[in-house]
Amino acid sequence: MTVWSRKDLLGIEELDAAEVLTILDTAATMKEISTREIKKVPVLRGKTVVNLFFESSTRTRVSFEIAEKRLSADSVNVSASGSSVSKGETLLDTARNLEAMRPDIIVLRHPSPGTPQLLARRLPCSVINAGDGAHEHPTQALLDAFTIRERLGRVEGLTVGIFGDIAHSRVARSNIHALRKLGARVLVGGPPTMIPPGIEGLGAEVAPGLEEMLPLLDVLIVLRIQLERQGGLLFPSAREYATLFGLGRERLCLGRPGLLVMHPGPINRGLEIAPEVADGTRSLILDQVTNGVAVRMAVLYLLTGAHRGATAADAVRGAA
Amino acid sequence: MRVNWDFKLIPRGEKAPVNAKAEILDETGVRRALVRIAHEILEKNQGLSEVVLVGLRSRGDHLARRLAGFLHEIEGSSVPVGVMDVTLYRDDLAHAKHWPQVQRTEIPFSIEGRIVVLVDDVLFTGRSVRAALDSLMDFGRPRAIQLAVLIDRGHRELPIRADFVGKNVPTARRESVQVSLRETDGNDGVVIAEGAGAGR
Repeated sequence: MTVWSRKDLLGIEELDAAEVLTILDTAATMKEISTREIKKVPVLRGKTVVNLFFESSTRTRVSFEIAEKRLSADSVNVSASGSSVSKGETLLDTARNLEAMRPDIIVLRHPSPGTPQLLARRLPCSVINAGDGAHEHPTQALLDAFTIRERLGRVEGLTVGIFGDIAHSRVARSNIHALRKLGARVLVGGPPTMIPPGIEGLGAEVAPGLEEMLPLLDVLIVLRIQLERQGGLLFPSAREYATLFGLGRERLCLGRPGLLVMHPGPINRGLEIAPEVADGTRSLILDQVTNGVAVRMAVLYLLTGAHRGATAADAVRGAA
Repeated sequence: MRVNWDFKLIPRGEKAPVNAKAEILDETGVRRALVRIAHEILEKNQGLSEVVLVGLRSRGDHLARRLAGFLHEIEGSSVPVGVMDVTLYRDDLAHAKHWPQVQRTEIPFSIEGRIVVLVDDVLFTGRSVRAALDSLMDFGRPRAIQLAVLIDRGHRELPIRADFVGKNVPTARRESVQVSLRETDGNDGVVIAEGAGAGR
């Protein structure tokens, strides 16, 4: 029996701690499947998953696709370029047309915040948010929490820093929610222009700088500088960012001996993180990628169960 | 005055309905059954050189570990023990009342060319064993798969039979067989109960 009853995974904000833990526990089970010689179980056989990506993505899309295939679902990839979206169709029309083909789950990435909520309300199938603008990226936060818990045995009581472009980061927002719900202390930092006012309202504390933050941390999540989102307005140059805010070996020495470093990827080597840190022994970056598949398998499995429950209930109601 | 007519008529020749619970095996009974199964495993396979045990969650895993203990006492050599959760291979998930929480499968050894003895607490419809057979095939190609169960309660829906049986217990479908083990329930024993409980 599970505590999961949601049709959709739209964000971490609306989840409670028990739901987050259910996903992490299920992911721990799923992880073993990826270590087998035959990395596939039949549980989602006959289910159709549409990966609908309106923003470029390699890691997240491939991770979802591999997760779907390991559970034996049939997956279809739709990207904005080369689809009817580029011919002027609205999101809702695209979704209605996809729905007419009866998918069981739609995985949506979209540049506008709130689009997964819109689809989830209008469509009977399950919707997974794979990143909506600067709002949320729930599976990334879940895989980060999973990676921390796997390495350190717990999340509760830890201090986790998130450093970089907090303002544009859906990863930061989802991570603050997830880590706070699991009982961690969250410090955020970055260039002052990249700290959104009111971020304390999510339960995070704003640290004055990376140097001040580092000695307090068990884990540091370095965010990618999203060059495509800035237009170069928030900091003068890449070199200046690397010098003032980049995580190099010297800065890393300010942290505790056991400090772990994470990054949601893709990394800008030599910009927000130095190559020797990204490839070093403290780095969990590739563990994060491995765990991403397990976490997405867990979400697909749990949503399928809840959706099945919902359709069964609808059928009963319809018959009555 | 109202008379309380709250009793059930019992047709001649039938046993009284077990409203509470009828004990089938007590602690000694469970131990004796397992010791006998251990001897039968040895006899059938002429030793342990190729044998591995895989217990099905959530009670077969404990039974498998106990069997391994008895096998060690008798033969002096140890057998690898694995644990399997067959949830992801079930054919009846779509009909389950609750979407089950999956637990970890741990088979930290190769089953290639080995004799795998699957261990479960109760053999009923045979559907968990079918799922376990499918799952095992994804781990390799064993030389043979055998099945050991503590209780065979009948009502098979698939052509599956056990090689080693602790006790055959004829049951009605509406009855449930409840196995308790020290590791999970604090004590050892097997009871039949009317209706209630999981349909095992």
